[in-house]
Amino acid sequence: MMVMRWQLAYPETPVPIVGWLLGETGILLPEIYNSLGAMHGTIMIFLGVVPLAVGAFGNYMVPLQIGAPDMAFPRLNAASYWSYFIGGVIMLSSFFMPEGAARSGWTSYPPLSIFESGQTIWLIGMVFLITSSLLGSMNIIVTIVQLRAPGLSWWRLPLFVWTQFVTSFLLVLAFPPLEAAAILQLMDRVAHTSFFLPSGLVYAGATVDVAGSGSPLLWQHLFWFLAHPEVYVLILPAMGIVGEVLANNTRKPLWGYSSMVYASVFLGFMSFIVWAHHMFLTGMGTAMSAFFQTTTMIISIPSVVILTSFFISLWGGRIRFNTPMLFALSFLPMFGIGGLTGLPLGIGASDIHLHDTYYVIGHFHYVVAPGTIFALFAGIYYWFPKITGRKMSEALGKLHFWPSLIFMNGIFMPMFIQGLAGVSRRMYDGGEIYAHAQDVLQWNEFMSISAFLLGAAQVPFIINILISIFNGEKADRNPWQATTIEWSAPSPPVPHLNFEGDVEVYRGPYEYSVPDAETDFLPQTEK
Amino acid sequence: MQIPYTIEERPETGLNNSKLGIWVFLASEVMLFGGLFSAYVFLRLAAPEGDFAYWGSKLNVPLATLNTLVLISSSVTVIMSWASLKLKDFEKYKLYMGLTLLCATIFLVIKYFEYTSKFHHGYYPSSSNFMAIYFTLTGLHGLHIIGGMIVMTYFWLPAGNKLWHTDPEHFTNRIEIAGLYWHFVDLVWIFLFPILYLL
Repeated sequence: MMVMRWQLAYPETPVPIVGWLLGETGILLPEIYNSLGAMHGTIMIFLGVVPLAVGAFGNYMVPLQIGAPDMAFPRLNAASYWSYFIGGVIMLSSFFMPEGAARSGWTSYPPLSIFESGQTIWLIGMVFLITSSLLGSMNIIVTIVQLRAPGLSWWRLPLFVWTQFVTSFLLVLAFPPLEAAAILQLMDRVAHTSFFLPSGLVYAGATVDVAGSGSPLLWQHLFWFLAHPEVYVLILPAMGIVGEVLANNTRKPLWGYSSMVYASVFLGFMSFIVWAHHMFLTGMGTAMSAFFQTTTMIISIPSVVILTSFFISLWGGRIRFNTPMLFALSFLPMFGIGGLTGLPLGIGASDIHLHDTYYVIGHFHYVVAPGTIFALFAGIYYWFPKITGRKMSEALGKLHFWPSLIFMNGIFMPMFIQGLAGVSRRMYDGGEIYAHAQDVLQWNEFMSISAFLLGAAQVPFIINILISIFNGEKADRNPWQATTIEWSAPSPPVPHLNFEGDVEVYRGPYEYSVPDAETDFLPQTEK
Repeated sequence: MQIPYTIEERPETGLNNSKLGIWVFLASEVMLFGGLFSAYVFLRLAAPEGDFAYWGSKLNVPLATLNTLVLISSSVTVIMSWASLKLKDFEKYKLYMGLTLLCATIFLVIKYFEYTSKFHHGYYPSSSNFMAIYFTLTGLHGLHIIGGMIVMTYFWLPAGNKLWHTDPEHFTNRIEIAGLYWHFVDLVWIFLFPILYLL
């Protein structure tokens, strides 16, 4: 990523430090720029956020939060992990293969992806990663339905468990069509079929010799049928984590808990019928555009319901500004910016101007980078004592938080300016050759320096983890005075058992500051 | 530590873990084949008039009809094997499960002859979009058959069926789950047969 940002800020200049990896001159070549772009998207989504949010937090916290000894299918869990491992190795090893890594973008649009090198290995890696997600999310669904502790009814589930539940359904139902699409694209590449190749297609100056009558649009439909629900796979667990941290640190119940649950379920359902808003410019017709534009506007409603409930939850709370809370709090405006900037993209008319510009990059990075990733940081700081039995350092945590917040905005805010000026994404030179881009190109250097500093801001985080594992302040089983069930297990939990005895649940998830109670929190497991 | 509801049913849901698991898995399989079926519809609509019908006429309908009957029979025998376990008749189970595996093998042998005769006539996936989707759909379906056969062979052999002697209910549940999967694979073929061979 930083190599790409170097190229955008200082085109045709040898890259420092890692330049020797890129060949004799040390200058980033266009082919490698494209590879890095495609692999950045793939790695961040399929090897980064999904495994962290669903694989790691889902697997670890869901059984604890519902008072279960383990996931429903431990072997399936292992299979999911190893499938992920193999898929990850295949993906990453593609950088070192003679063909190089995939360079058709993470969206892999045909016809280009049929001809560009490196794509076959990408598809094989994807099949493993999809299988891993499928097995993992099946496991989460069954665990939540079957293994809830006695007394833990559906309306007593923490918000995080609800969001994991909806997310798992999205993964189970949306990933298979991408697997189908990957199989078809693999056939196009290996067996020379023409699922995605129209008749009379000219590539590199010659007509392509295939049967023809296929359609590149077919890929886009199948791909976005996955990839739009995927967006909600990335954001829903983040919302769940933020909900947990907010309730704990405002010391009051989440406002509108049941509306948020309904909103999450509705969000999950709607996410299956908005996919073609990624395709307004493909010429699929105004009737289709009108339909998908309407559904896209509708899906913004549940997102706003959730975000508004979070904001109102802060009202009248006694807020503790610890590190997890800071990350959770900053999630709200950052996700807000990401969400609101999506509206002009969801309307067919304004999307014509903004499509495939840096505006889009800014929009979805606001959702997943300072949005989801900040929520994941909140989750790591919040649950670290449960997992290791030691707290993370607050001072280092704040040293991590403030620069991260500033530099995140330093990177992504100027993208809106560039995008509105019409600078296209995926340009090797950052748009240098275009006259209309000249007025906004000076931002490239600003964004790149922000990116380097953001990288540096993660150093305190890594140091914090390493120090805290061994020398952090010892934490008892409930260091945050929280109500949900995971905090009644020892820290760290008992291996293969989680809890010492039988768990029984007597109350809802967020009973903070109940009038006339002795403490300001009533754990779910206490009578 | 025994995980709750592995064998017995959870009262509110009326299901054990594996049964819910296989239903969720089959839902994802529906989406997988659903994706491919919609690709078929998309390509058929985009193809030149009569193209799909022309290439479809190259397929061997009598052999496919025979295969349909073979697969339906295997659905019956797999149910019988589960019913035999419910009636505590382990020998009958071995017989019916063996018959199921035999049917699956016959299906694959017939499919092999179909494929080789296509190749012999020079029809490959690259010949036309119809042939491409034909080979993709039936190939993926064939892989599902092989996957099911591996699992059922394991339950048929002593290595897999020794669980019957220690925990018969658990073993019976496993056969039921395998049977549900097998019915799904049959059902996919019931859809494949008309859209590829008859339309």
